[in-house]
Amino acid sequence: MAQIRIENVRKDFGTFNAVKSSTFTIEDGEFFMLLGPSGCGKTTTLRMMAGLELPSSGQIYIDGEEVGQKPASQRDIAFVFQMFALYPHLNVGKNISYPLISQGMPKAQVKKKVNEIAEILGITDILKRPVGGLSGGDRQRVALGRAIVRDPKAFFMDEPLGALDAEFREHMSEELRALHDRMNATTVYVTHDQLEAMQMGDKIVVMNHGSVEQFGVPQDIYDWPATKFVAEFIGSPPMNFLNFHGMVGNGETQVSFGDTCFDIPAQLDGRNGDLTFGVRPEHVRLDDTASYRGVVSATEYLGTTQIVTVDTANGAVKARVSSADTVRVGERTGLQFDARTITLFDAGTGRALRSQANQGVLAHG
Amino acid sequence: MAEVNLTGISKNYGDDVALADVTMTVPDGSFVVLLGPTGAGKTTTLRMVSGLDTPDAGEIKIGGRDMAGLTPAQRDVAMVFQQYSLYPHLTVRQNLEFPLKSPVLRTPLDEIKRKVGEVAEVLQISHKLDNKATALSGGEMQRVSIGRALVRNPSVYLMDEPLSSLDAKLRSDLRIELKNIQANSGATLLYVTHDQIEAMTMATHVGVLDHGRLVQFGTPREIYENPVSVYAASRLGQPRINVLPADVFAGAPATAKTIGLRPEHIVQGDGADSLVQRVEHLGDQTRLHLIYKDHALITVTDAHTTLKGGDIVKIRPQNPYYFDAAGARVG
Repeated sequence: MAQIRIENVRKDFGTFNAVKSSTFTIEDGEFFMLLGPSGCGKTTTLRMMAGLELPSSGQIYIDGEEVGQKPASQRDIAFVFQMFALYPHLNVGKNISYPLISQGMPKAQVKKKVNEIAEILGITDILKRPVGGLSGGDRQRVALGRAIVRDPKAFFMDEPLGALDAEFREHMSEELRALHDRMNATTVYVTHDQLEAMQMGDKIVVMNHGSVEQFGVPQDIYDWPATKFVAEFIGSPPMNFLNFHGMVGNGETQVSFGDTCFDIPAQLDGRNGDLTFGVRPEHVRLDDTASYRGVVSATEYLGTTQIVTVDTANGAVKARVSSADTVRVGERTGLQFDARTITLFDAGTGRALRSQANQGVLAHG
Repeated sequence: MAEVNLTGISKNYGDDVALADVTMTVPDGSFVVLLGPTGAGKTTTLRMVSGLDTPDAGEIKIGGRDMAGLTPAQRDVAMVFQQYSLYPHLTVRQNLEFPLKSPVLRTPLDEIKRKVGEVAEVLQISHKLDNKATALSGGEMQRVSIGRALVRNPSVYLMDEPLSSLDAKLRSDLRIELKNIQANSGATLLYVTHDQIEAMTMATHVGVLDHGRLVQFGTPREIYENPVSVYAASRLGQPRINVLPADVFAGAPATAKTIGLRPEHIVQGDGADSLVQRVEHLGDQTRLHLIYKDHALITVTDAHTTLKGGDIVKIRPQNPYYFDAAGARVG
């Protein structure tokens, strides 16, 4: 298995710049997510790692070897597309053994290898069956088997669960992750689904408009987003933004708007102008004694919790509170924010201002 | 707006039972969501009410009037399907105006203009009103098709997974909007989905369907907090309720075959040992995948837990649900 390093990789299609200078490292054995909306460059990035596209500039290293301009066949990786691409006229066993036979592996060894893989995937009993009659889940396992059987240096997957319904998707994502934990194979996985990325990934790269917005472990990215885009793209509901015009100085631990003073982590980037105060819904508390106030415009029951939307002078704020609390649409309420979790953003550039709380995460983001 | 009554509705397609003796009242001014996996009978129920399909047995009333033999047009219902169907040669505005311009309705022109403007605003398509319907993205087309139902004032709105093709942000905006429109207008709405978030956040009542049978009908809170069966309990809640053999914990009633544990039914730090298999950081919460007496279960813990794979954590049940061999709630 392998470490993969991307250095200043850029891709242009004619005059269209699909990927701007990207740099990040995927460690050996990691389950690594490329996350972003459609058109952000995540699939292009994956295809460049795989050798299906050549970068316009920059380097790609697999285990220290520069492979940027090498074709896919010389990179020893396995690409799993939408998982249903099987040979329809071959049975399950032959679909899985195909890559080995075409490599010229002796028959006895092929058989042993296929049985081993079938065991891992739990499909031993269907090896002789034609792929035509298989359930969606089994077809996916076969497609995976065909990728795994070669013992490649890394697996690349492009939205492999995209076409499945929610329940089955959850099941397969757990299965994929468990498989990864057994084999410890470096896996690069493209998705636009933030929950899938959080759930499965050891690390996440968030991309937007061809640029890497942030790179790190899921919890760090969630807690300390580097940009407003990341803060909004990750989390459901997303981070709340309260926009205001004001000033914050180096070392300050308070910021004020709407006649209210809010505690914040000690700031390291003094700034004056249009700023955004970012707070996650679970760090908002409804408190009648609080001086910052708004009107409840919606409540959404979610079982143990509910999402309460409060309209304020600085925009709508969503709070995740216990569903045991009685909250009525139309009533006025005060809001408290957990000071330790606040991120301030420059509203113009969308970038987070550094504070003592987020500087560690942003330093290598 | 009107109440909708279904009494003893059954429908078979060949040997397949699509609906079996469904009796349900959609109260006037309610937002009823039919919830269940593919094949549960949700869409069939909707088609029965709309008149697109006729039941083998049973009676449907809208506003107290028997619907037997009436066409969809005669029933005064407005429908939104999963697959949008717009007039491709017309603009967005013309598509939205179309139902109001029906000779039967005779809506005054300024009234049409006002209605269309209002609905376009709510659905965030005001800026596209003069575009051709074919020049829209899929999400925009779906919003227009919802809008075409909303401009009318029918006895009941019938919607079949109208939000499923939209992206996450828009879906969450429209969930709130649809609920607001329904609550403010007092409209009766029958809505089909397999998305539990939609069911919990929008519905005044949820009807849980299982293989053509209505197994529970109540408020989202009733169904979440007081499910009648292991099936109903599994419809709502993320992560899904854990179902284990009843005897893995002490204290189960004699008739119980399984124990149902939602994350909030699992106390951590007290009780018997379980092994942490995997820790999933979702941001606002962290999911623990545990092994307890060889059974896998998932619970939720603090977002910044220091637990990691291989750690031992003690757990015990607190106010769990018990189910008998048939899956019905006991104890």
